[in-house]
Amino acid sequence: MGAFERIKVMLGADPQKPTEFTPEARQIHDLKRMTKADFEALKQHARDHQLVTHKWRNRRWAVLLFSNLLFTFSFWLDIQLLEGSLSASRFAGFHLIDLNSALQVMLAHKHIIVNLFIGTATVFVLWAALGGRSFCSWVCPYHLVAEWFEWLHLKLVDKKLVTDHEFHRGSRTVFWVLFSLMALVSGYTVFETISPTGILSRALIYGPSLALGWVTLILLFEVLYSRRAWCRYVCPIGLTYGMVGAISPLRVQYRLENCFHEGDCRKVCLVPHVLDVVIKGRAADKHVAIGPDCTRCGLCIDVCPSGALRYDVKGLSKLM
Amino acid sequence: MSDENKPAVKRSVVQGRQLANRRKFIRSVVLAGGVVGLAMFGYVPVANARKSRMRPPGALEEHDFLSSCIKCGQCVQVCPVAAIKLDDIDHGFGIGLPFIDSRTQACDFSCDAVQCILACPTGALTYVKPGFADLREGMKLAHPPVLKAKEKDPEPTLNLKERTGVARLSRPEACLAVQGKGFKGQTRGADFKGRMRYMDVDRWKPIAVRDHPYERNLCDLCVTECPIKDAIKMEVLVGADGVKSYKPVVLEQCVGCGVCEMVCPVETTAIVVDERKAWGA
Repeated sequence: MGAFERIKVMLGADPQKPTEFTPEARQIHDLKRMTKADFEALKQHARDHQLVTHKWRNRRWAVLLFSNLLFTFSFWLDIQLLEGSLSASRFAGFHLIDLNSALQVMLAHKHIIVNLFIGTATVFVLWAALGGRSFCSWVCPYHLVAEWFEWLHLKLVDKKLVTDHEFHRGSRTVFWVLFSLMALVSGYTVFETISPTGILSRALIYGPSLALGWVTLILLFEVLYSRRAWCRYVCPIGLTYGMVGAISPLRVQYRLENCFHEGDCRKVCLVPHVLDVVIKGRAADKHVAIGPDCTRCGLCIDVCPSGALRYDVKGLSKLM
Repeated sequence: MSDENKPAVKRSVVQGRQLANRRKFIRSVVLAGGVVGLAMFGYVPVANARKSRMRPPGALEEHDFLSSCIKCGQCVQVCPVAAIKLDDIDHGFGIGLPFIDSRTQACDFSCDAVQCILACPTGALTYVKPGFADLREGMKLAHPPVLKAKEKDPEPTLNLKERTGVARLSRPEACLAVQGKGFKGQTRGADFKGRMRYMDVDRWKPIAVRDHPYERNLCDLCVTECPIKDAIKMEVLVGADGVKSYKPVVLEQCVGCGVCEMVCPVETTAIVVDERKAWGA
């Protein structure tokens, strides 16, 4: 899948089956078919010896809590290390400005001062290096809360008390365009009014607010009606960072030779369409980089019994 | 299952999938309408705002302020007297925007340099207004305001070119000075949490107003506690019978900081700041 096609999938298109395979990929696909019995035995072996681990999840939660609480304590203890909130801050004096908030302000205000530009450029470079949507899973406080409530949703689904109602993934692209247009035309940063990321970040630093009621409503909607609906179908922040992630060298890499096509990774994934490649017969190459919509959360890496998914920095393995 | 039935079953599967897709599409449209509609509700409090909020010094005009503020709260964090608070979602599009409630805690410029403007990353608070921002007549100060606390410094002025509002003696009948009365004790009572910088106590550390009791034969707190030079004066009128009467008079150098409103010992305050008001308007 080319870079362009992966962006199309992020915007809402369905992933397509590949038409051309590299010789190595074809060989692996064929081998897996030919040695079916052996393959099943290998699969069972991998399952039996699977190490249940939450390594990446725990690391991620620690980073997320640390970065959010650094804002809080920086203010409370007046250590002035990280001043501001997630929408805009200063780390040891350097301006950092959230890309989506910056976009909203630039479109609404139509005037960009030097500090706004510097802060936005710094954050752009930072997340281009670190994977784009890794902002979502490693920093966004709503992501963490939504993850906890997702657990509740899955329990209820398990007990057949609720069902997951899917929306079209293209909705998020529509929201991105609509919120940009509204900012441009009305001159108000409309999205910021309802952004749970901004609301939670401010609440953590400046104390609880009525706006937390709105965040609770979104969470209830996700628990009772649609799994991870805000992150999957609405949040334009995710798409903004996703576009940055399209050029990032840091991504999850899929290794066809290690995969038993059990699909556990797709069950835990926030954006399972990026893992379409793990379906039997879909990988066009021996190693495939997962698309820009991936939040680099590492849940798939934790759950994979055979190490077919791992973090990878483009070009680094060749260098070393 | 007979052979004739097979195509029918297949068709129903296809139909089912189409139906599911159609449902999904309709759901998505409803979601888009719902979320955007809810977001637009944020305009209602903005449109209904009976009077504008008192914003920190250097704020752009209200509409520009709403569009340019990124809602990060850095101005909140640098204020030494914690005068700046953030609005909640009941202010719609104004959520996360900074405001000052002068009666509770006024901006007393104890930071000496209008730190909130320095902290603002987007230019929503600014020393110099950009070309396109409208400048109303009477918002610009005649000359840079002299900070009484810095009067003896080589650079005694605040780098502030415009006012945030103007003070007004809103209830002259309640004013202690107008009544010829003095004031003794803690202004605003023992429970008042407001803070202020007192030069005779500590230049760099604001203290609680309740820890700084006053004793005045004629109440003139609004005049003496005003941090700006020549912004307010006590007018003395001598009647035909030779009896003196007094009245605080706001002058053109008033920047609208709100200290007079905070320290006024009368409940409800006799002097208020009209936010966003221009001189002479």
